[in-house]
Amino acid sequence: MSAPELKTNQAAFEAEPALAHVPLRPTGGMTMAASQLALGVAVLLIWQGASGRLVDSFFISNPIDIGARLYRWTVDGSIFAHIGATLYATAMGFIIGSAGGALLGVWLGVSPFASRLLNPYLNALNALPKVALAPLFVLWFGLGIESKIALAAVLVLFLVFLNTFAGVREVDQDLIDGARLMRATRAQVILKVVIPSAMSWVFAGLKIAMPYALIGAVLGEMIAANRGLGYLVQFSGSQFDTAGVFAVLFVIALLAVALNYLVDLIQGRMERWRVVSR
Amino acid sequence: MIRLENVSKSFYKGATAINAVRDMSLTIERHEIVAVIGPSGCGKSTLLNMIAGLYAPTRGQIVYKGAAIADVNTDVGYMTQKDNLLPWRSVRDNVAFPLELAGVPKAERARRANEVIQHVGLGGFEDRFPNELSGGMRKRACLGRMLLYGAETALLDEPFAALDAQLKLAMHDLMLRLVSENKQTVVLVTHDLMEAVTLADRVLVCTRRPATVAMEQRIDLARPRDVLNIRFSSAFKEHYDALWERLRLEYHEERV
Repeated sequence: MSAPELKTNQAAFEAEPALAHVPLRPTGGMTMAASQLALGVAVLLIWQGASGRLVDSFFISNPIDIGARLYRWTVDGSIFAHIGATLYATAMGFIIGSAGGALLGVWLGVSPFASRLLNPYLNALNALPKVALAPLFVLWFGLGIESKIALAAVLVLFLVFLNTFAGVREVDQDLIDGARLMRATRAQVILKVVIPSAMSWVFAGLKIAMPYALIGAVLGEMIAANRGLGYLVQFSGSQFDTAGVFAVLFVIALLAVALNYLVDLIQGRMERWRVVSR
Repeated sequence: MIRLENVSKSFYKGATAINAVRDMSLTIERHEIVAVIGPSGCGKSTLLNMIAGLYAPTRGQIVYKGAAIADVNTDVGYMTQKDNLLPWRSVRDNVAFPLELAGVPKAERARRANEVIQHVGLGGFEDRFPNELSGGMRKRACLGRMLLYGAETALLDEPFAALDAQLKLAMHDLMLRLVSENKQTVVLVTHDLMEAVTLADRVLVCTRRPATVAMEQRIDLARPRDVLNIRFSSAFKEHYDALWERLRLEYHEERV
């Protein structure tokens, strides 16, 4: 790397924090919320206006049609069965995957021999696009919800495993030594020092993994299913029903936001010691 | 009580050996307070780690109460400059940690922890987390935890180095009181000569790395000691000057 190039990089690097320090006019919470709402409304209006005039509504549908579709699905209740199926597969996949990932992470984190032994295989499995396992899961678990759970679980498992493993490896050796000097058994060291200390890493993993559980469930439903939001989006697409596709996407986005909020909430409760330190 | 027999310790960084401790022999009596003083990074902490059984000596052996140390030495309480409280536990749960490990029922360990917390002057902070406390308060919590563990030997590795001078004096006073109440043996590692002479029965001056004992001085100042005023007595000054005369050589050589 040549010297001038290095300099530009550095300048670019410094520009970012400097930008953050530009004193903005203080914006109240209400003003900001109103602006955000206004932006959303503006986008919807432009979308509605452009549809059928600037762009063929076959491609982008329009907000009124989408809203009507959502309203109809809600009133006749059909959307809830699909949400239920997807939510169930997401939740089960998330729970199974994160439990498995956390256990594997702790186990390998505290067993140097096993982690070195399994290292190349885990790397290979991790590099594998997990989505490619979907046909296998259909063969193993059938067309029902189990194959969706399996796909979600596998996606979650590796993410949680990697974070937990890193967290366990990062545990302060002095804390471990301190506990051992106070007659802690190996099990006590793991339960009372290693795991609590790795907890914030585990949570970081859970937070990353949550959307992937949803991805796994939806993808599984797109491949082979007769219910769920993934099935519905796939079905709408195959019927050239653009409004239907957008309506399902909207529901999936809402679901994703709600799930992330849930993880934040749980983490906030469990890590009071970190929150109060500010 | 504690006997080092020709102890050496080397660390290996690739092929190069770093000799931290060389051929050190010394004996520490029961209930004695021994201060080990020397330049920073001279291998003093390594010495404590070996007495705690966290490191094995490369050569020689350390005998603790008649038996060579082979594993982690659970008869000692170890206090380092970094306070090693568990950040996700409240002060009470940190202080009670050794009791929890020993399987003492919850109600009893809370009661005993509260008592000790009062005793070390942390009353009212039982439910705080370590990162809500000042450095001095965290030291008090560490002392409380050590007290509750009931260690017969305290290994102190520059425990008060990060505190300001006034706070240090308060901690010295507290520490001397607790040690005499609980009849502990103390090995204190420090680079603060004032601290060493104020607290110890005996001060050992270490050379630069590899550490070995260069000088030994008995501090026959009467106990209990007034940590605030003892430094102004002439006897204190004599001890201080004699030790400094030897200690400065280690610093002098370092500069050349």
